[in-house]
Amino acid sequence: MTYNWNWRIFWEPSPEGIGTYWDMLLGGLVTTLEVSALAWIVALAMGCIMGVLRTVPSRLAQAVGAAWVELFRNIPLLVQLFLWYFVLPEVVPVALGDWMKSLQSAPFVISAVGIGCFMSARVAEQVRAGLGALPRGQRMAGTALGLTLPQTYRYVLLPMAFRIVLPPLTSEMISTVKNTSVALTIGLVELTARARAMQEFSFQVFEAFTAATVAYMVVNLAATLLMRWLERRVRVPGYVAA
Amino acid sequence: MTGFDWGVIWRSLPYLFLDGMRFSLTLTFLAAAGGVVLGTGIALLRLAGGRVLGAVATGYVNLMRSLPLVLVIFWFYFLVPYIGQWATGASRPVQVGAFASSLLTFTLFEAAYFSEIVRAGIGSIPRGQMAAGFALGLTYRQVMGSVILPQVFRTMLPVLLTQTIVLFQDTSLVYVLSITDFMGAASKVAQRDGRLVEMYVFAAVIYFAVCYAASQGVRRLGGRIAIIR
Repeated sequence: MTYNWNWRIFWEPSPEGIGTYWDMLLGGLVTTLEVSALAWIVALAMGCIMGVLRTVPSRLAQAVGAAWVELFRNIPLLVQLFLWYFVLPEVVPVALGDWMKSLQSAPFVISAVGIGCFMSARVAEQVRAGLGALPRGQRMAGTALGLTLPQTYRYVLLPMAFRIVLPPLTSEMISTVKNTSVALTIGLVELTARARAMQEFSFQVFEAFTAATVAYMVVNLAATLLMRWLERRVRVPGYVAA
Repeated sequence: MTGFDWGVIWRSLPYLFLDGMRFSLTLTFLAAAGGVVLGTGIALLRLAGGRVLGAVATGYVNLMRSLPLVLVIFWFYFLVPYIGQWATGASRPVQVGAFASSLLTFTLFEAAYFSEIVRAGIGSIPRGQMAAGFALGLTYRQVMGSVILPQVFRTMLPVLLTQTIVLFQDTSLVYVLSITDFMGAASKVAQRDGRLVEMYVFAAVIYFAVCYAASQGVRRLGGRIAIIR
């Protein structure tokens, strides 16, 4: 019983009726990219806030930041997505829960928020590491110039910290794209889900998954090149890391 | 919604832990052990394997690191029976169990990540160590085996253990194949009894407790075994 290769499967119409299998996979790729972009925005926003909170000279702020990071780092992403999707609508007030459950694009929004919060813990750790890599004198210089703490962060610390941690943040962004595949368990029809559907409809297992593999590698390559260009643009002369 | 039902958690504890958690932990430890061994081999291939083998190893690592684990799980689930058929010359694809398939998947997937950690560790050893080994008349293999790698594993042990904790969390993804690991068991009980909130919250709490305790342990261990140069 040998496997029947059929690379022309991509041009055949898919049972879903929206076009060929190629269109099906392309739609999945678009969904993957959309969810990744949204999730990355959430991750950057929350991660920066939490990373900064962990370096601020206030015990409460540091505890809040540490609690956020530990909470989202120690629970697997799959479990987190299930909590957002299945548990949250049950524990909020009934009206809000019903609205959540009736949302047409619930998997999309919940995946973006869930993956965003998961990645925000890692971004927070990177931002904390970046801020910690700066010499102590930077903060003192800010104070000496009469800047308030927020101003010191805004004008002195964060610009340098981000340039230092840009390479690790790149790999976190690529991780975000890869993590969107986990959202297929809560019904998000992204690239891996589409490849699986194609495999189930057409029985052409390896063609479907090869296409998905190539797509992920292309996205990976594009993101890496984009980030390398960004790193060159924001380079600070004289810094080894930059 | 009726109140929080502690009973369903209490009644399903044996199933959750003896079936689910045992699968998760067994898979984690075996895949971590295999992954570290294979990853060290891959790292050494990249460093000193010559052009062809080095390129193959680099390509393997880059491939595994650019793919989502879910996709790799699906790949191996469908691919391993055909490889078994090709390797053993059988007439039809070889049936591999769920455990064997996921063990192979996680070992090969995590080997790429472990190899990057080991490679970073080897790069952090001062060059003088290699030179001193050669000066003493040791071969490359002897220097690597007796001088460099022991130091690498000592300095990189916290990072390797952290990656193992990540691996433990990643084992929850066998859910996509309906395999009964801890999360799969919790999910099955949840769907059978209609108690999603209780089971998923319990699963989250257990994962949090295990991973938090493990990462605190790793931090303490790292402080104690650190080499101060």
